[in-house]
Amino acid sequence: MTIDWESYDPNGFYDDMMTGPGHPRDVGRVVARYLASLSTEEIRSRQEAAEAAIEEMGITFTVYSEGSNIDRAWPFDIIPRIISAREWAHTEAGLRQRLRALNLFIGDLYGDQKIVKDGVFPAELLADSKNFRSQCIGIRPPFGAWANICGSDLIRDHHGTFYVLEDNLRVPSGVSYMLENRILTKRVFGELFAESSILPVADYPNQLFDMLGSISPRPGDFPEVVVLTPGIYNSAYFEHCFLAQQMGAELVEGSDLVVGDDDCVYMRTIDGLQRVDVIYRRIDDLFLDPEAFNPDSALGVRGLMRAWRKGNVGLANAPGAGVADDKVVYAFVPKIIKYYLSEEPILPNVPTYVCLYDDDRQYVLEHLPELVVKPANESGGYGMLIGPAASAAEHAEFAARIKADPRNYIAQPLVKLSTVPTVVEDHVEPRHVDLRPFILQGERLYVTPGGLTRVALRRGSTVVNSSQGGGSKDTWVIEGDI
Amino acid sequence: MLSRVAERVYWMGRYLERAESTARLVNAYTTQVMDLPIGVEPGWKHLVDITGANRLFDESYSRYDERSTIGFLVADPDHAGSIMSSLAMARENVRTTRDVLPTEAWEHANELYLYARANVEKAIGRKHRFFFLKNVIFRCQQIAGLLAGTMSHGPAHEFVCIGRNLERADMTTRIVDSAVFILMPRKAAPGEYDSILWANALKSLSAYQMYRQNVRNRVVAEEVVRFLLKDPQFPRAVCHTLAASAASLATFRRNAAALRSLAGVQARVADADVRTMSLEGLHRLIDEVQSDLGDVHDQIRATWFTLDQPAQLQVQAQSA
Repeated sequence: MTIDWESYDPNGFYDDMMTGPGHPRDVGRVVARYLASLSTEEIRSRQEAAEAAIEEMGITFTVYSEGSNIDRAWPFDIIPRIISAREWAHTEAGLRQRLRALNLFIGDLYGDQKIVKDGVFPAELLADSKNFRSQCIGIRPPFGAWANICGSDLIRDHHGTFYVLEDNLRVPSGVSYMLENRILTKRVFGELFAESSILPVADYPNQLFDMLGSISPRPGDFPEVVVLTPGIYNSAYFEHCFLAQQMGAELVEGSDLVVGDDDCVYMRTIDGLQRVDVIYRRIDDLFLDPEAFNPDSALGVRGLMRAWRKGNVGLANAPGAGVADDKVVYAFVPKIIKYYLSEEPILPNVPTYVCLYDDDRQYVLEHLPELVVKPANESGGYGMLIGPAASAAEHAEFAARIKADPRNYIAQPLVKLSTVPTVVEDHVEPRHVDLRPFILQGERLYVTPGGLTRVALRRGSTVVNSSQGGGSKDTWVIEGDI
Repeated sequence: MLSRVAERVYWMGRYLERAESTARLVNAYTTQVMDLPIGVEPGWKHLVDITGANRLFDESYSRYDERSTIGFLVADPDHAGSIMSSLAMARENVRTTRDVLPTEAWEHANELYLYARANVEKAIGRKHRFFFLKNVIFRCQQIAGLLAGTMSHGPAHEFVCIGRNLERADMTTRIVDSAVFILMPRKAAPGEYDSILWANALKSLSAYQMYRQNVRNRVVAEEVVRFLLKDPQFPRAVCHTLAASAASLATFRRNAAALRSLAGVQARVADADVRTMSLEGLHRLIDEVQSDLGDVHDQIRATWFTLDQPAQLQVQAQSA
């Protein structure tokens, strides 16, 4: 038996590979034909080979469950998700535009706040933003880049149009899985790489290192770059380790670093203290420095903010960058782009209702069964209401929450996420996906070709988070007209 | 190189060695117990005596039978010295220093752990035990070889070697001491099974063949003890492990205190005339050597692992 594309039905959703039963898109033709040439037994054995490789390579993520941390093997589906280079070029331009504007916005908020004075961004939103850090006022990081590493979540609607769903500007994760997924696909489907021109993703660690080097306070030297991790119990520890290894940077914990009397940052090495130039920090703002933020933090480094403020160390992402990583700010991004760049947004936002506003709130409360409601500052898919799937009791509960704290909620229509063929036991079914590309901004801008495709492995589910039953796929941006 | 990373690769070296040497010990012991008539001491309890973890054993097990002692040494997750625990700790140390080790080291350490976890229960029975232990030994050797062959022989590698050599010294002194301990209460002339006991000690350290080649004599107590403590060439002899540790330490800066401490134990071993020593004297000597090894560990820890803290604070915290 082989894959029967005739019985593959995306069921009204946009499918990245097939237009309908039996009809692959131009961009998916080679892969669809190739998959159809394999027996189901072969497909299953390749899926198993990939899973064995994941276990041996130790590609894991950590979940906290029932009082202990469990390392789970990274869930991976072998069928790649395919995007044409032409489509991607447009998307990439949109992502660059968006990050440039967001960084100008963050810099403005910690500077003159022109956008507030000009009445484009409401002062009351800024006043009670959970991620605004007054400690950052007046600081000017190199190249005006606050969010040096951004992971934006993209979705495609039923027409195939890419929308930005959210921008992760604090400590976005997932890029190591993007890189590992490619390594896995090369092992599993090596033959296909001979037939298609797939844009490589392996350059990311170099690009990341160059970006980090560009924000060093001692340009010209060999910059001492370190990755600061909260430690092995963090869910993204695998990634911290992977990136440090790939960049040849030291992987440090807070206790490895110390700020000297000269307000410079040093790491404790076997030969004594050694100066650190740039810290790629994977710790949240509030834990970075017990002197400036949470005084109980054992993860951070006392005096780090002092050192950064004096320009003695580069921090990526800059503290306070999260002010723009807020689902209410998100609603303003199209205006932010126009305000700073005088350009039309290349990538659209999903229409968003801001519950702070009376009209929007009224609409949201009246249409809860049709909407997705999200808290402004949660991540990982937690604390959401998916209206069409929720019960009347849940609708009532969210209505109460929204009325109690309107600033903290936004709502969006349920977007019909696109699908990609996914191995389900011995056949292939459509499953919903999103896409997280990574954008770097230091001296230059860089966008990963493609990104991390996350897939909801349960039939009909749109929740792609790995902590909630999501998996991932390799993402191919394919060049040429095929 | 970060102090924390130095400490972790050092412990990785120790735990891998501990897993391997415990596997060798259990393997050799199982083989040799089969040679002894039933009822002739030492029984299975002796295996636990060697590790010195009797108190922990007594908390969980009621009898020193084969199943309990092997389970304790091979599989028990609550026993920090079991093969399973050592492999889990070795893996954890590799996992947290992956940025300085070759990628394959992580893959092998991870595979070894997964293999052990999947097969360790079977290894308690005699049927699968040899195969399991052989595999653990082989895979530990594979990782050691991988590090020797693909990792720059810089500070990280030297810390792995120091950890390995100090752990070896520890195991060798334990095995000598355990034989001494059995013989001590006996005042009469050597018994019928004494030579088997000393041959066991050699075989537990994979030293029998090398002893035969280097010592042109029967297997007698004083020659075995001399070989295991003072032979400069056999890699598990205490003298050799100390010299190798000194060579590693010599590559570091600020090594004076650690080298001095190491020279102390080297001198103690070199000066001891083990051929004429009483069993009580030997037992005292080994106690002193083990205490010296603890001092060496403390010096290394104070000098390279805990830079900014005064050394005297670390003494009670050490866990060698």
